[in-house]
Amino acid sequence: MSDLVAVPLIDAPGTLPRTLLRRRVLAHKGLLIGVGLLTLATFIALLAPLIAPHDPYAQDLAHRLIPPIWQEKGAWAHVLGTDNLGRDYLSRVLYGARISLLIGLAVMVISGLIGTILGLTAGYFGGRIDMAITFITTVRLAMPVILVALAVVATIGSSLLVVILVLGLLRWDRFAIVIRAATQQVRALDYVTAAQATGASTLRIIFGECFPNILPQLVVIATVEAANAILLEAALSFLGLGIQPPLPSWGLMIAEAKQYMFFSFWLIAIPGTALALLVFAINMVGDGIRDVTAPAGRM
Amino acid sequence: MLAFTLKRLGLAVVVAITVSVLAFLLLRISGDTATALAGEGARVEDIENIRRLYGLDRPLMVQYLDWLGKMLRGDFGQSLYFKSDVTALVFDKLPTTLWLAVFSLLFALAISVPLGVLAAVHPNSWVDRLCLLLAVCGQALPNFFFALVLIMVFAVMLQALPVSGSNTWAHFVLPTITLGYYVAPAFMRLVRAGMIDVLASDYIRTARAKGLSGPSIILKHALRNALVPIVALTVVQLGFLLGGSVVIETVFALDGLGYLAYQSISHQDLPVTQAVVTLVSFFYVGLTLAADLLNAWLDPRIRVG
Amino acid sequence: MAPLLDVEGLVVDIAVHSGALHAVRDVSFQVDRGETLCLVGESGCGKTMTALALMGLLPSAARRRVRRLAFQGESLATAAADRMASLRGHRMVMVFQEPMTALNPAYTIGNQLAEGHRRHLGSSRLVARERAVELLEKLGVNAASERLRQYPHQLSGGLRQRVMIAMALMCAPSLLIADEPTTALDVTVQAQILRLLIELQRDFGIGILLITHDLGVVARVAHRVAVMYAGEIVESGTTAAVFAAPRHPYTRGLMTSIPVPGQTPPGGRLGAIPGIVPSLIGEMRGCAFRDRCAHALTICTAPVAWRAEENHGWRCVLSPSPAHAEVA
Repeated sequence: MSDLVAVPLIDAPGTLPRTLLRRRVLAHKGLLIGVGLLTLATFIALLAPLIAPHDPYAQDLAHRLIPPIWQEKGAWAHVLGTDNLGRDYLSRVLYGARISLLIGLAVMVISGLIGTILGLTAGYFGGRIDMAITFITTVRLAMPVILVALAVVATIGSSLLVVILVLGLLRWDRFAIVIRAATQQVRALDYVTAAQATGASTLRIIFGECFPNILPQLVVIATVEAANAILLEAALSFLGLGIQPPLPSWGLMIAEAKQYMFFSFWLIAIPGTALALLVFAINMVGDGIRDVTAPAGRM
Repeated sequence: MLAFTLKRLGLAVVVAITVSVLAFLLLRISGDTATALAGEGARVEDIENIRRLYGLDRPLMVQYLDWLGKMLRGDFGQSLYFKSDVTALVFDKLPTTLWLAVFSLLFALAISVPLGVLAAVHPNSWVDRLCLLLAVCGQALPNFFFALVLIMVFAVMLQALPVSGSNTWAHFVLPTITLGYYVAPAFMRLVRAGMIDVLASDYIRTARAKGLSGPSIILKHALRNALVPIVALTVVQLGFLLGGSVVIETVFALDGLGYLAYQSISHQDLPVTQAVVTLVSFFYVGLTLAADLLNAWLDPRIRVG
Repeated sequence: MAPLLDVEGLVVDIAVHSGALHAVRDVSFQVDRGETLCLVGESGCGKTMTALALMGLLPSAARRRVRRLAFQGESLATAAADRMASLRGHRMVMVFQEPMTALNPAYTIGNQLAEGHRRHLGSSRLVARERAVELLEKLGVNAASERLRQYPHQLSGGLRQRVMIAMALMCAPSLLIADEPTTALDVTVQAQILRLLIELQRDFGIGILLITHDLGVVARVAHRVAVMYAGEIVESGTTAAVFAAPRHPYTRGLMTSIPVPGQTPPGGRLGAIPGIVPSLIGEMRGCAFRDRCAHALTICTAPVAWRAEENHGWRCVLSPSPAHAEVA
């Protein structure tokens, strides 16, 4: 009788799954907001060279630290003001979106690839292979990511590529754990046994049967990891051991603005808010996808 | 229970050793220590001399075992940058980070448990949506940005709290709030999900049928069962916070392990970096083991695995 | 003398995506002191919803309407939540179907037995303990004092159900609602539990509303029976009258499809009722059973009136038909 709570979710029998999905997606405001913001961010990132009013690297020492348009000394020439080297802030923020999105995407893909392959393998084959992979994952989990990333970056020297590689090669653990659990669940289902019985090759079963069914969970964890990667890069850049100047990484912009913080707080507030909004959007999308593909376990 | 404990303990030891090997290798091969030691503009012979002096020309395996042996005896070597005994240095800074981690967790629990319960008792209401919104915002806000905002508000505008250093308890307030706010959302979601599950269970229906008061049902009957997974998460988060406090400690110049790590990394101080990474990893392994055992003790069904 | 429980016109609707699900449609019955009324029907007919509605335990998505709901003469139709809470577990109690999951795994039996008593009667821990031991012993649980220190997972299903019954009786209630209390138990344990219920009724004079799908249970313990189908009561009366001459085609279908000790002739055929229960969502008019009834007429699409004889009533347009009419 404890399923009484779930009663309001009954749909009329006979509705197509696709229609149900579309209906749920359109009803989920969080998902729509997130997708909207994310689309906006993507457009900004792609069109930055076209819509940025100035060159983000062009210094203009005669016009340093001009406040944004809504403060007294603001001017339309620089809608979001300028930083300590006279660079137009709006342009830097717009270009910064490219960096953050690139990082999020690249790290998500790299760590996702590694983690998903490991997770699928461990979940499908079980036994010793599973034990080995779980052991590797446990070891990786025990190592503090930030410290290791910092240390590696400090010695190798940092750049956009290095940051992407380091984060990508370190952050696959969540993927591995979640995909492994999902694969184990799916593997126990009847249609997998049926596929095995018909003599389908292992590879085909894994990619044909298991993979499509773990896809929703994969997407959700991918968004979480993308968001985390963006925040991590910002933290690394903030500490000076991530993306190097003059690139307009939002985290780096905050670090550079720190000493001017007390009089020109917008220098910190703008990139900080941009980061928060982007991560917020990604999280909304992830939450929304999870709600929409698994309403019974709705959070 | 004993067999389970021993098995888990053995696994933990193996993991710890593997981590130490990895940390060792990673740090040794990601840069040349001798060059770092020699400093800027050193000549090739100087670098070679240093290499021989510090035994850096021996095979990696030998170097590792040497380091491991010393470490087990409590000797982490000498700090290149701070010019002092690493062990003393590390254990001097450790309490600060531990306090920060514990305070942050307590703060996080203090805000996330009530909010999680509130959200679960009124699911899909405006209260619930507000709590979820707070959780999402907490997860979206970069912690260093939040730290800077807090500094602006409290230290500058209100002049109420210190923002740098670690001499008094007051110095821990802002860092605790920042870190706590960062880990709270995960707890809140867990409490909420756990409570929603528990509230739908049969024994809660029995409690209602007995005419017990609302608070009694929620607190005595529901929360007691919903908190079980929280305990494990708390222990694990403690381990994570030990390593993840680097950013916060640096922003607030809080003199703990994280700040030490940052300084040593920035100055290529290998012995200290290695010691901190290894120590934090060991803590994490130990705490995860504790969480596993705690879980098994609370729920006998887990002991089979 | 006013009946112990008087229900008239109970309606329970549950909000679902495509409209309203009519779980309970215009149900009326009474339960007297010292008597057992059985509510019979298949799963989904609304019997549990009825019980939950009486106790004020409906899920939040459900809406209840009732013309009259009186317990011991007091109207509960618009009673406040705390009034209901003070009655629940005290004067009116409920025992559920699944004893395995009905107890909180984190607390001892003693703790859970005592808490209702201490809440409603303000008793001390000692007094509550003594009462618990007394009830457990009466219910045939040996080593009762030691049992109090045990946790639910250490007890068997039959034992847990006895604990549930003891828990219900702690405050000496007037009305006991039992929702399929023996369905999840072994047959031998079933018999014991039922015997206990009869004895308790005899000793304490409580009124029992027993919900079941099992006609055998009805035959054994019920003074009166009400048959539910698709949210409404289609036939009710004294057990003897209904069993001797079931009037509603559904009741007759039930009787012939389940062997009832003393009724079914040995070697006789067991019937089955074709079709499925109609959807309870959206508008429902007329007799809900007509799609499965061999004797349905056009008039059955209009609302059907209740017909009453002495000790026996039913909701059907048909005249009393020959005793062995088939329903297939």
